[in-house]
Amino acid sequence: MIVKELRELRRDRRTLGMLVAMPLLLLVIFGYAANFYVSSVTAAVVGPQAAAVAATLPPFFDVTVVEPSSGEAEAEAMLRDNTVDVAFVTGQQPVRALVDGSNLFASEAIVSVLNRVGDTVTTDVQYNPELKTSWVMVPAIIGLILTFIGTIVTSIGLVRERETGTLEQLAVMPIRPSQVILGKISPYFLVAAVDMTIITGLGMLLFGVPFNGNVVVFALGAALFLFVVLGLGVFISTISQTTGQAIQTAFFFLLPQILLSGMIFPLDAMAAGVRWIGYLLPLTYFTMISQGVMLRGASLASLWLPFLVLTVMAVVVFTGATLRFRRDLAPGRRGPESAREASAVESTS
Amino acid sequence: MTCSARSLTVRFGSTLALDDVSVTVEPGSVVVVVGGDGAGKTTLLRSVVGEVRLESGTVVAPDPQGIGYLPATAGSWPALTVRQNMDFVGGIYGLTGERLRSRREELLARAGLSAAADRPASQLSGGMRRKLGFSMTMLHEPPLLVLDEPTTGVDPVSRIDLWRLVSEAAASGAAVLMSTTYLDEAERAATLLALDGGRTLAQGTLEQVLGALPGTVTHSDRQFRPEWAWRRGRVHHEYWPDGERPPDGAVPATADLEDVVVALSLRRRHDSGAAA
Repeated sequence: MIVKELRELRRDRRTLGMLVAMPLLLLVIFGYAANFYVSSVTAAVVGPQAAAVAATLPPFFDVTVVEPSSGEAEAEAMLRDNTVDVAFVTGQQPVRALVDGSNLFASEAIVSVLNRVGDTVTTDVQYNPELKTSWVMVPAIIGLILTFIGTIVTSIGLVRERETGTLEQLAVMPIRPSQVILGKISPYFLVAAVDMTIITGLGMLLFGVPFNGNVVVFALGAALFLFVVLGLGVFISTISQTTGQAIQTAFFFLLPQILLSGMIFPLDAMAAGVRWIGYLLPLTYFTMISQGVMLRGASLASLWLPFLVLTVMAVVVFTGATLRFRRDLAPGRRGPESAREASAVESTS
Repeated sequence: MTCSARSLTVRFGSTLALDDVSVTVEPGSVVVVVGGDGAGKTTLLRSVVGEVRLESGTVVAPDPQGIGYLPATAGSWPALTVRQNMDFVGGIYGLTGERLRSRREELLARAGLSAAADRPASQLSGGMRRKLGFSMTMLHEPPLLVLDEPTTGVDPVSRIDLWRLVSEAAASGAAVLMSTTYLDEAERAATLLALDGGRTLAQGTLEQVLGALPGTVTHSDRQFRPEWAWRRGRVHHEYWPDGERPPDGAVPATADLEDVVVALSLRRRHDSGAAA
């Protein structure tokens, strides 16, 4: 029995990979990424005494902007655009520190440091004045739900069609592969959109999470993100023969997104190597958009980077996955290199 | 139209799945492909419907609108009801309204599925599911029907029903290409193609295939050469190639289709082994 089990395990490369890769992944993640302590934050100093105040700030503040000619309005804009974590407004006593509350762990660390400075600085936490965890988590959870539907549910739906043999039947029918793909993923797109609306509404209702930005910008970001995760779902279905395999593979894609996208552990607090993995994950960018729009009221222009990255990911992942799926769907009807084609198939109605 | 596959060769990696296999199906006739597991039956059928990349050869077949294909698997969507399955497929083939409704009800009645029309396909018996799958392939009245082992795993009564449906389809002018592992039912076909290891063993009418075996088949109560013998019930059948005289105790018998296919398969494997 033991020998039989080991033989089966040796041939089940996916499970074997999971058994080897998962402990390594967890070790790396919890060793390098599981850190709530933010050791440095980006800061801007504006107003007439900007240079002098910047010089007195402790090293915890990585001052990236010093603009004596700017005022409070520019400081608020920098926070909204996520250019810095904190902006000091000089020219008044005490100096005013505007803190970006949508970056929870960074703002908690900033408040803690500034409390030790004394009366020379007043702290004003913006976008999440009470530093509520739920305000930061709900926008990220929306992304997680979209990832779950797009990746796991979609791949299961496609693989089930393969398992029952009906995918092969569809391939022979007068229906284009693109129509099959569209027909398969559109319902999941709609379900995900409805789920997203419900979760957003409930988050606002139950936890009082604000929605300060533009709904259209939020919807656009969600649509782009959905294309990426649906593409991943389609891709997983092309490398899985059974529902079990699809779930197993989707888990590989899901776990890093939960742990390394900045949703739970702040990206700023991660070791540089692991942080870069986070920057390769689509959920990282959707979280930037959802938190930016809902909490800070960020505009499309200020969120250009996550939008650009998600657009590139959507095009590459979705196109690649659907082409792969299409190839699997109709191998005998492929391009001119096919012998069936090369030997001049006589095709008549 | 006449459907044909000429000199098909298909390779999956290093495995030669089909080696120079040809078949022609005339309108109004049934061609049955027989052979054991791994003979190449499914590969041939999938090649005809364009689901397999050919290494070489030519397929002359209608476009997808003119093909009805029943794969070896279920052939229906388990979560949909019988009627919903029919409507979905009908929609793909452009059937709508009264035309779809009348065609659907006619086929369900012929298949004995009218009473189960609102039952999910997952709740049908194996035989009923195959009949549903067959009805779905017939919905758009295709000139070519390709059926992969439609009767495998089906009870004897449902097998009779399925063969009646196949015969009716051919009688109405469809060209039917189907595979089976049941050699008794294969004898009903107008033309037979016997495959083994991706190669053609014999081809033609039943008489032509039966006549394709050189040598003698004997019956006995024991085996004389185990590598050339097989057992059917209590009787040992044994093949004696041309030139070999059966010993006393081995009674020459008239070979039926099963004997011929088994003997030709043994002969091919013996020849391949000798060549290697």
